[in-house]
Amino acid sequence: MSEREPVTMMAATTRLDYVFRAGVAQSKNLHGLEQGKFIGQRCPKCKKVYTLSRGSCPTDGVPTDEIVELPNTGTVTTYCIVNVPFAGQSIEIPYICAQILLDGANLSFMGLIQEIPTDEIRMGMRVEAVWVEPEDLGPTMASVQYFRPNGEPDADYETYKEYL
Amino acid sequence: MSEFPGLVSGRRPVGVVSFAQYDNVRREDARNEVEMLMPVVAEVFGNIGITKDDVGFICSGSTDYLVGGPFSFVTALDAVGVWPPRAESHVEMDGAWALYEAWVLLQEGEIDAALVYCFGRSSPGDLSEILAVQLDPYYLAPLWPDPTSLAALQAQAMIDKGTATEADFAAVASRSRRSALSNPKAQVAYDRSPEELLKEGYEVAPLRRHALPPLTDGCAAVVLAAGERAYELCERPAFITGIDHRIETHSVGARDLTISPSTKLAGAKAGVGAKKVDVAELHAPFAHQELILSEALGLADGVAVNPSGGALAANPMMSAGLIRIGESARAIWSGQADRAVAHATSGPCLQQNLVCVLEGV
Repeated sequence: MSEREPVTMMAATTRLDYVFRAGVAQSKNLHGLEQGKFIGQRCPKCKKVYTLSRGSCPTDGVPTDEIVELPNTGTVTTYCIVNVPFAGQSIEIPYICAQILLDGANLSFMGLIQEIPTDEIRMGMRVEAVWVEPEDLGPTMASVQYFRPNGEPDADYETYKEYL
Repeated sequence: MSEFPGLVSGRRPVGVVSFAQYDNVRREDARNEVEMLMPVVAEVFGNIGITKDDVGFICSGSTDYLVGGPFSFVTALDAVGVWPPRAESHVEMDGAWALYEAWVLLQEGEIDAALVYCFGRSSPGDLSEILAVQLDPYYLAPLWPDPTSLAALQAQAMIDKGTATEADFAAVASRSRRSALSNPKAQVAYDRSPEELLKEGYEVAPLRRHALPPLTDGCAAVVLAAGERAYELCERPAFITGIDHRIETHSVGARDLTISPSTKLAGAKAGVGAKKVDVAELHAPFAHQELILSEALGLADGVAVNPSGGALAANPMMSAGLIRIGESARAIWSGQADRAVAHATSGPCLQQNLVCVLEGV
């Protein structure tokens, strides 16, 4: 036997492919985005309206069957300014990543804020969605280009403090 | 005072008091995992008139490898609703092992009831590839052996040793699929003789199509309750008198695949042989594995093996083991059995095995 260095590491590449099925509720949300609309779903028990619902109320564990069409406008509940470059970054830094609570919804989601200097972002800022051109709309969150200030006065802290 | 059976495992009598399962299907296209689980959780509570507020612990079994996304067990909790916060745990295993964890917690005596659920779909990915990833990462996984080929090596080893024939495999499949005709949740059920089944061509020799499990999307849930609480929720609880699980080496090549020492040991620890067994629900995804398991558990000729059709009738990943416990409990609730043995397996060629003995009073 010839003397050999012990093997200390081996690479075993693995790739698994999947077909993603959105489900009943998420399909409704995605079809809404395809039409340039935000779709919310209301819990029959606690009456909360969830955006991008997976079909159940996470508090009550019951189907959120009632469909609620939500407006284009909402409030920034909190945010961060991204200054760090990373692999695959598609937006020029610095940019603003915010949690947005649509009017009439009880759950916020993450969105990009544009058309404002980064140092002017603040909690409570009122924003509106900017959609892609109608011919580019699809069943994806990429149908929303970004959010921008809509010029309304800031929301009162009391109206969104529950969603931080 | 209510009457409880003598216990081989544990000190506190814990009974299966409710069971529900999804309609086992080849491909659930419309619903996501949460949407599949919600009706099952609602049914398992609804059967006995309780809600999530009546259980002190929730334990689930599933794996992200089937979903293709991280933390799928966390999002699955939305099917129960866990606000205000609940005591909860998860095992990356079949729901039968989640039931084991809940049983251990119930032994401690601080809670009286627990919900156990599990989910697994075979349809989003390529199950043969996904199951290869669980193998030993150095020598076996890089070869990507599919589970049918590994099971075929096991079946061939039985033939070579003279412990079974292809006709024996066909007899198991014929009986299981005929039993499955009376199981409304069965995915594959038919009345065909072993002779007819032997006319099929090989999938992977010596296994023909009939010896293979179906690919299934499904989920299941069980409620456990301890002591007097079990009788409040169920007229005749299926008490767990013995439960144990054992594992063999990761290396398939280092095992004698024709026997199942881990099942034998778990069965002995759970007290299978102490009294007469009426019903055995064995988690044998491939027909020949039922023969290995029956031998390891020392089941007598009169035992009704897999009256539900077993995993040959429906094989939802991460759930087919818990379903064996649920089906055994149903046999006790109905009076069809006084004592039942449920078995669950995990890993290639019966690597890991859980045995649960259930008794009614």
